[in-house]
Amino acid sequence: MTWKQAFTSSIGKKLVMGLTGLFLIVFLIVHVGINACIFADLNVAVWPFDPSDDGAIFNRAAHFMGSTILIRILEVGLFAGIILHIVQGLMLEASNRSKRTQGYAVPLAGRGSKWYSRAMGLLGTLIMIFLILHLAHFWVKARITGSDDMPEVAGMHDMFNLMKVTFSELWVVIVYVLACISLAYHLLHGFQSAFRTLGVHNNKWMTIVQSVGVGYSIIVPLLFALMPIAMYLGWVG
Amino acid sequence: MEHYNMNLNLKVWRQRNTQAKGSFETYQVKNISSEMSFLEMIDVLNEELIAEGKDPIAFDHDCREGICGMCSLYIDGRPHGPWEQNTTCQLHMRAYKDGDTITIEPWRAGAFPVLKDLMVDRSAFDRIIQAGGFISVNTGNAVDANALPIEKDKADASFAAAACIGCGACVAACKNSSAMLFTSAKVTQLALLPQGAPERKSRALNMIAQMDKEGFGACTNTGACEAVCPKGISLTNIARLNQEYLGAALTAN
Amino acid sequence: MLNAKIPAGPLDKKWTSYKSTCKLVNPANKRKLEIVVVGTGLAGASAAAALGELGYKVKAFCFQDSPRRAHSIAAQGGINAAKNYQNDGDSVYRLFYDTIKGGDYRAREGNVHRLAEVSGAIIDQCVAQGVPFAREYGGLLSNRSFGGTQVQRTFYAAGQTGQQLLLGAYSALERQVALGNVTMYNRHEMLDVVVVDGKARGIIARDLVSGKLERHFGHAVLLCSGGYGNVFYLSTNAMGSNVTAAWKAHRKGAFFGNPCFTQIHPTCIPVSGDHQSKLTLMSESLRNDGRIWVPKKQNDARKAADIPEEERDYYLERRYPAFGNLVPRDVASRAAKERCDAGYGVGSSKQAVFLDYADAIKRYGKIEAGKKGLDHVSEDEIIAMGKEVVKEKYGNLFDMYEKITGENPYETPMRIYPAVHYTMGGLWVDYELMTNVPGLYALGEANFSDHGANRLGASALMQGLADGYFVIPYTLGNYLADDIHTKPLPQDHPAFVEAEKAVADRIQQLMSIKGTKTVESFHKRLGKIMWDKCGMARSEEGLKQAIAEIQQLKKEFWSDVKIPGEINELNPELDKANRVADFIELGELMCVDALNRNESCGGHFREESQTPEGEALRDDANYMYVAAWEYKGDHQWTLHKEALEYEVVKPSQRSYK
Repeated sequence: MTWKQAFTSSIGKKLVMGLTGLFLIVFLIVHVGINACIFADLNVAVWPFDPSDDGAIFNRAAHFMGSTILIRILEVGLFAGIILHIVQGLMLEASNRSKRTQGYAVPLAGRGSKWYSRAMGLLGTLIMIFLILHLAHFWVKARITGSDDMPEVAGMHDMFNLMKVTFSELWVVIVYVLACISLAYHLLHGFQSAFRTLGVHNNKWMTIVQSVGVGYSIIVPLLFALMPIAMYLGWVG
Repeated sequence: MEHYNMNLNLKVWRQRNTQAKGSFETYQVKNISSEMSFLEMIDVLNEELIAEGKDPIAFDHDCREGICGMCSLYIDGRPHGPWEQNTTCQLHMRAYKDGDTITIEPWRAGAFPVLKDLMVDRSAFDRIIQAGGFISVNTGNAVDANALPIEKDKADASFAAAACIGCGACVAACKNSSAMLFTSAKVTQLALLPQGAPERKSRALNMIAQMDKEGFGACTNTGACEAVCPKGISLTNIARLNQEYLGAALTAN
Repeated sequence: MLNAKIPAGPLDKKWTSYKSTCKLVNPANKRKLEIVVVGTGLAGASAAAALGELGYKVKAFCFQDSPRRAHSIAAQGGINAAKNYQNDGDSVYRLFYDTIKGGDYRAREGNVHRLAEVSGAIIDQCVAQGVPFAREYGGLLSNRSFGGTQVQRTFYAAGQTGQQLLLGAYSALERQVALGNVTMYNRHEMLDVVVVDGKARGIIARDLVSGKLERHFGHAVLLCSGGYGNVFYLSTNAMGSNVTAAWKAHRKGAFFGNPCFTQIHPTCIPVSGDHQSKLTLMSESLRNDGRIWVPKKQNDARKAADIPEEERDYYLERRYPAFGNLVPRDVASRAAKERCDAGYGVGSSKQAVFLDYADAIKRYGKIEAGKKGLDHVSEDEIIAMGKEVVKEKYGNLFDMYEKITGENPYETPMRIYPAVHYTMGGLWVDYELMTNVPGLYALGEANFSDHGANRLGASALMQGLADGYFVIPYTLGNYLADDIHTKPLPQDHPAFVEAEKAVADRIQQLMSIKGTKTVESFHKRLGKIMWDKCGMARSEEGLKQAIAEIQQLKKEFWSDVKIPGEINELNPELDKANRVADFIELGELMCVDALNRNESCGGHFREESQTPEGEALRDDANYMYVAAWEYKGDHQWTLHKEALEYEVVKPSQRSYK
């Protein structure tokens, strides 16, 4: 069994999906953690919120991420992971669909599985489209083109300001919230499915995986969704 | 149980042979007793069709007691019909009421080509078993049956997986036409037994290779297979197969 | 007199000495020898696998879509083996003795002793193959008693023993397919044996998908095609189970042994109407705890629950106080028929008796309460606990009953009635399992050999696997050792051409009748004749009528059957017509045999031969022989007798009172 065979069989391909998926799940924790720093600026004067923060903590964290060589190297890995996850996912979806050329007149639909388990390809595609927009909004500006909306403050880009400007448009906020909902459902299936693919079959452990998975799938996308909402409504910034 | 009679409309997939293009035909059946089995209802229709000089509907069936795995039928969008953990041959007409319309389709998967009407070719399952669904022990080689005690929990779990009847409902229900539940049931049965240990790695690798070659899709853990399995084969088996496979793939030369 | 070629010497040394002295084929020659195996149930799959392992070139055929569908899969209860793991006094001799006695002294001592001898090795082999038998907490194999034996020698896998054993044999077979030693032909039906110079040399098979006829050479042909219970139309056999392979062999010269020996199983789900296509067996183990009764009043239409205790007739307990509800199958079946015929039957058809678990539920409930140390428990709680216990023991059977009937057997008594289940008769074979046609063998239920006039529970699986795994690999070599110089016949050999033409002509003839009645309607009519006149009770008058009726039915079939479709396509109606035509001929022979055997033994009950109390009366003086019938043309048979000599066991009249 060569490495190639190991990763190109049906289970091997799934392993790639599962591993990259889990890697992205870990990344999302970092991402949501750093971005949640904007809530330090929440307009209430109760610890740990400081209405006069003006995104200072968030900007420092963003600066650290952008200026640390190790993180930048990991970023390359992140992009590789995302691309692998997307390409493999789309290919698998196409391949799986090709296994039944003549469909059923009456589908099984929700009598055997959850709609989001069956719609992983669609949900993933929605997230991918959002991702392009999202990268254009922030990553491209921060890393490549620069932007007037993120002036230098104390030697750091004012990413906080960039967010404020971006999320001042209602359509952007709506798109971001919809993307977070897609992400939530994508994770609801993907989280536990990744562990199953890795071979977790013990019921005791699977119960934990499922509970953590549901918690993660709700909390992380909810936090993300709150960011554009909070900025648009002026709760922060 | 009070019984009653009913008239039904049937929408049945008719296809002359593998190459032919099929289509749905509609039939009326009258005075069907609620005590009949679903297949007996088709028997009644077939007798009428023959009397009218038409070709009867071809469908697979044999034991008619829910164990041989030969019957199939995708009834109103669900393999083996509406009842839980049931085969088509054990579905009885009291599941229906007068005036119902029932749509009957064959298993649909590229790996299960239609032979005629509702009959499909499931020989791909045999070839998956040929790839490794056995323990290589020639007749006469065995040690005493009690020489190897087996933990009862493992023996029971092995038995639960071995209950698979190879009907193919899992493939029919899966949106990817994956045969993972079938394959995993056999791998699990043998992996849990000490007798199966020597061939554990090659079994998982070879059976998956054959499954892929037969044109079944990849598993995406949707759980539809488990929901329609007439023998309640658990999705857990698939996770175990994944573990068996990955362990083997990462360590085999 | 027929010679069964039983080896000389003491009974317990016969098989050992046979194995030590039989001729062998060297491995290089095995590769050149081709063997045709027809049928892939326990006997066929195990034989094909074992012979493939030895290096023979095997071709295996089954009419189903996969060898795993064979009807061995439906056996529920278990498989006997003289392992004596329970230390309860079992031995090879006891298993042998029980089988001979259970068969009402109409089986061969030599064969049955060999069966008992190899029984232990079967369990070893199956466990090694990964068959998940039931186990105790210590990890060792569990046993239960079955069919009223005094020892616990039955190995089981819940209620699915046949399934697990068949899948074991199937996996061994598929392994040989993968290794190239066996070629598997699914959806193929054997339609004739090719005989050259008196020896079986191959078969004509029909590909049921394309309808094409094929010629397959074999140095030997093994028929492992199961029993012929479907001659009764309604039976517990699978829809496809048929006699065709065995019947073709019979017409080519193989003798048919004891065709009238049929086992009617007492615990089946009753017929619900004219639409009924098959019957479902419920494991005999249900009689371990259930009580069988009918109302004391004739034509009592009340619900079971409304009939008070004193108005119930527990007729088995009344008639057979020593064995009660655990009398052997033939006795229990006849007793149920007697009550129903006398007008005491229950249910809408009145052809059923009650199998009641109410007492067992209470008894188990009380035991549970005792285990838990509960003193003041209500009746309801006891019943609830009892139901749990019953569910654990018999849950799958109760579920099956509920699915079929829509009634909840935990609440109301089950309705049961006897149904045709197994055929002890079959092709006559000698000690080597060879028919009187050299090179033509019959294994498993397809032969007549080991069960005499009545088969004990959990013995069919044992026999199928014994024949396939442990007998045929030796006995076949003994024959083939002299055949190593025979070259495979070319496909265009005149014998093949002629046999194929005969098959093609017959199919053509069937298709050209274009009559008015369906195949199914003929099969139903045949079944009714057989059940009424050659079923649980048989009389001279009835059998003579039956023979006349069947002859008439045959004429009608061949002039008025209507088969739709074409020959060269997938045509299940044509397949069925082929089989029913053979069943009609077999039905006549069964009646001829039953008429000849004017005694009652095992499953064969002649009304003329009974004790004053209505029990079966055997006639050892006149009928202690195997009736082997030779086909002599339409409606013509010659009887050959094989005397049964009991050297070790002394036959006695069975009594269960």
